[in-house]
Amino acid sequence: MEPFTYERASTPELASGSLESALARMGNERTVQGRWPAEYLAGGTTLIDLMKLEVMRPRHLVDLGELRETHGSIKVGVDGLKIGALATMAQTAEHPDIARNYPVIAQSLVLAASAQLRNMATLGGNVLQRTRCNYFRDVSWQACNKRNPGSGCAALEGVNRLHAVLGGSQDCIATYPGDFAQALTALDATIEVLGPNGTRTMAFVDVHRMPGTTPNIETNLAPGEVITVFNVPAGPWTRRSLYLKIRDRQSYEFALASAAVALDMADGVVRGARIALGGVATVPWRARESEAMLAGKSLDEQGAKAAARAAFADAKAREHNAYKIALGQETLVRALLQAATMEA
Amino acid sequence: MPESDNSRGAALSRRKFLGVSASTAALSLVGDAAGASGSAQEAPLRDPRALMDTVLKVNGVRHQVALDERTTLLDALRDHVGLTGSKKGCDHGQCGACTVHVAGRRTLSCLTLAVAVGGAEVTTIEGLSKADGALHPMQQAFIDNDAFQCGYCTPGQIMSAIGCVKEGHARSDDEIREYMSGNLCRCAAYPNIVAAVSQAKNSMGG
Repeated sequence: MEPFTYERASTPELASGSLESALARMGNERTVQGRWPAEYLAGGTTLIDLMKLEVMRPRHLVDLGELRETHGSIKVGVDGLKIGALATMAQTAEHPDIARNYPVIAQSLVLAASAQLRNMATLGGNVLQRTRCNYFRDVSWQACNKRNPGSGCAALEGVNRLHAVLGGSQDCIATYPGDFAQALTALDATIEVLGPNGTRTMAFVDVHRMPGTTPNIETNLAPGEVITVFNVPAGPWTRRSLYLKIRDRQSYEFALASAAVALDMADGVVRGARIALGGVATVPWRARESEAMLAGKSLDEQGAKAAARAAFADAKAREHNAYKIALGQETLVRALLQAATMEA
Repeated sequence: MPESDNSRGAALSRRKFLGVSASTAALSLVGDAAGASGSAQEAPLRDPRALMDTVLKVNGVRHQVALDERTTLLDALRDHVGLTGSKKGCDHGQCGACTVHVAGRRTLSCLTLAVAVGGAEVTTIEGLSKADGALHPMQQAFIDNDAFQCGYCTPGQIMSAIGCVKEGHARSDDEIREYMSGNLCRCAAYPNIVAAVSQAKNSMGG
């Protein structure tokens, strides 16, 4: 791990100011692995790991740990959820109202990581976790456009069994690794962000960027901006929702394919479907084509299969990951049929 | 002030640095934050080589240590506090051998910066037994069920298992397996570990 300086912030405003001033002192350039040279520290479960690997080499850390009390609460209202970004994965997954009325959220969290990691990791950090691509995580590989912009992508012709079939580019096919983000994407969540220019609200689906020609720029958050709140709107679809995750082993593993599904149904007819896919794409992937095909119809296996095919119509496989196109479709079909049988 | 900060960090020996009061460190933090509003260029960052005065509360005892910011809680416990019960397996949060409790929650000490622990109470495997030497029910259950072979993962398994029971996730063998999946055992003592957790759950009143 490379040396860094460390400070704690007691409010998001001070945190943002500290990070911004640190960046100003360091020249305000994307110099270190294409990242800003100062980072926020929350649970640390991604950051400290990647700093040990020297995949991330920030020169300054602003610790948000003291905000856990003030910005880690969960409020359940008739219009939806308001969750502080410093809430932990465990705390959110265990919340009885979320487990009952927003099962896709609770399941996406409890099926991720381990109990220890879920105790540590915050929701804000969780959605910003970085890819598990081995060429990204191992600095002995020079070619990684995400870590070393302009150096190429070793995964394109390398071992790419775990890589994305949706949303990739000629410069990067790294999979977005998280689970919770798919639940937020499906449920039309928004986030509140605090930064040097004050606060703003953005749709969660706009947070992550597809790699394109700049895979090192992973989000649309500006330097110094910090996520403070997740807002999840209530709706008739949240109770009939689930997260189905398929992986190489049954516990404590990242998704090969996953589906977050929320259905608004009446008399066996789908009034509206909300779908996001994980494990198969470079970003949390909203499957709007599938949603459109399901709307207004009764849900049967044939319809679910057609919708799943539509989600993967533009999928591009490399040497080792073609199975994800079939697996991703099967995962979505099973999730849809399972959700249809839930009591809402 | 900033210049003297720099020279102090570079010139002072570790022993002398230990004498620098915590309030001085706090002042320099305020100075950094104040820089956000104005003369950012004139407030250089602290020398990253300077050690940071840190207080750790471990098993009810207060320890004052001077640490490089990079020091993890695991390394601080083992190398600075002298408690080597917590083990370093993968050092990347994947194996669970370093599990301790921070503020009552099972936590991976290898992915926790010691300076970020703040005043939170840390409990390690050394802090479980009573003053008279009586073992914690989970420790006893691991012995009773032969829940280890080489023993390297055991401190982490036991700390994690206590968390598992306290969180209410030891209601069935399947649930114990799921909620203990963050602790790997290369000797594969898993069936006996599940039996131990199940036994201790009853004696812990879970």
